[in-house]
Amino acid sequence: MTDTMMHGAPRPAPQVSKKEIDRGDKLIVGPEVQVNRYTRWARINHWITAISLILLALSGLALFHPSLYWLTGLFGGGQMTRWIHPWIGVVLFVSFAGLFIRFFRLNLPSREDAQWTARIGDVLKGNEEKLPEVGKYNAGQKFVFWAMSILIITLIVSGLGVWEEYFSGMLTIPQRRIAVLIHSMAAVAIICVWIVHVYAAFWVQGTLGAMTRGKVSGGWAWRHHRKWFRALAAYGQREKISSADKR
Amino acid sequence: MTINVNPPVAPDTQQTMGPQDYIRRSASKVPEPERKLEPVAKLIDVSKCIGCKACQSACLEWNDLREEVGVNVGVYDNPHDLTPNTFTLMRFTEWVNDETGNLEWLIRKDGCMHCADPGCLKACPAPGAIVQYSNGVVDFVHENCIGCGYCVQGCPFNIPRISKADNRAYKCTLCSDRIAVGQGPACAKACPTKAIVFGTKEEMKAHAEKRIEDLKSRGYDNAGLYDPPGVGGTHVMYVLHHADRPSLYAGLPDNPRISPVVEAWKGVTKYAGLALMGFAAAAGVVHMALSGRNRVSREDDEEARRLAAQAPAAEPQDGEPRA
Repeated sequence: MTDTMMHGAPRPAPQVSKKEIDRGDKLIVGPEVQVNRYTRWARINHWITAISLILLALSGLALFHPSLYWLTGLFGGGQMTRWIHPWIGVVLFVSFAGLFIRFFRLNLPSREDAQWTARIGDVLKGNEEKLPEVGKYNAGQKFVFWAMSILIITLIVSGLGVWEEYFSGMLTIPQRRIAVLIHSMAAVAIICVWIVHVYAAFWVQGTLGAMTRGKVSGGWAWRHHRKWFRALAAYGQREKISSADKR
Repeated sequence: MTINVNPPVAPDTQQTMGPQDYIRRSASKVPEPERKLEPVAKLIDVSKCIGCKACQSACLEWNDLREEVGVNVGVYDNPHDLTPNTFTLMRFTEWVNDETGNLEWLIRKDGCMHCADPGCLKACPAPGAIVQYSNGVVDFVHENCIGCGYCVQGCPFNIPRISKADNRAYKCTLCSDRIAVGQGPACAKACPTKAIVFGTKEEMKAHAEKRIEDLKSRGYDNAGLYDPPGVGGTHVMYVLHHADRPSLYAGLPDNPRISPVVEAWKGVTKYAGLALMGFAAAAGVVHMALSGRNRVSREDDEEARRLAAQAPAAEPQDGEPRA
């Protein structure tokens, strides 16, 4: 049965490549197949970024719309919110820079991204069998990655421009008006991207484990990131990534 | 008409203006006030100003402020700009009139214009940090100020300054505390030439008319009142000898209005932004309800096991692998 599925598949198995594998990715074969997807440091890095982004969204929204001003209470009042928001921004920027360095290579565009994007309807319906086999990240995840990267750069640059305490004197008032407009629009955009990111993680069952325990199930990897999984099966062990991994 | 800037204060003087007279309050709503105060205005007749800076001193004196000892860089402006302590500043411009060839010394008392449509208040995110009274006074309520500087970005006249000492915004209050007890602003009281006068806005406009008539009779054909409509008119007005060119006076804006960028930021961005974020969240809920979770099937697990078993040297998990 499974043989027919394998051999009778509508398309040939794609070329497997070692390049699909990240440092720290590891196949663990036992009664259940598991795959190490994120190292401990990648996860710590991710959660520092995540917490910063949430705190930034809360403190930023507090000053964005009067109906949300009450959120300043979470930070100890308006003055404290105004003071702490840019500092959290600095933490986020540095932290995200770490994630960028870790993740950018496998988020570079690849051939199957266009096909995957063209079948976004099937993606949303969960018709995975109609989608091309993808590596560690699909086009949707790559979109989130690059959108976050561009928006975070936009936010830090425009944010520094309106950081009253230290940098406001470096821009003229008309420039600052533009900066604050860009900052608020980019913030809205990044919150929407964040919603997509978090929603996708919940929607696709078994995804959260990647960022909590660092592991996903073999079935998850097969279903959603088959090219990556094939590469791990073909090269994971020979690379000795598993035993050299110092986690 | 007499312009009395310093009427006697009876010992039982009542506060004649207070929070019940707010017509606008930043980042919040106020109930429609029960009464409407008579709109007031300060009129600054630039043609009568001798640049003595008594108004500046009186402002510091009344508001109990001190300014740092400054540096002379060869101009009369002192300090060089408005500061959190200097709410009003004489700005001196030496201008050669190209028609007459005369050097004209244009001296403008700069400070908050108390716009009818205040950009600072529109931009302010802190509830109640900026208020507008029904008589036109725009005031900062410092205990509600968070020091973000949005008022600086909102103001079309570049007036508010953020204190480095307490991270709060400061500007001319139009001496709201004096007006509240029936007094005129300290600067008007101190002005030796009555270049600064204070009264109801109607009175001030009438007074300005006479001054403009006088100036025109002296050859200043373009003399006029500066009460810019782009900000709904102001409660600080100027009589200018060259009202056709306000920017001659140390960059007084020719057609001030709240910047369209600020309008976009505080208007469509604010509402569309919230809507967009709400839509994204709602789309997630709807999608989850319609399609359910994307689950890994038993077949997926089987395939994974098959492929993993073929891996060249897959590492076994702790414990014995099942046969």
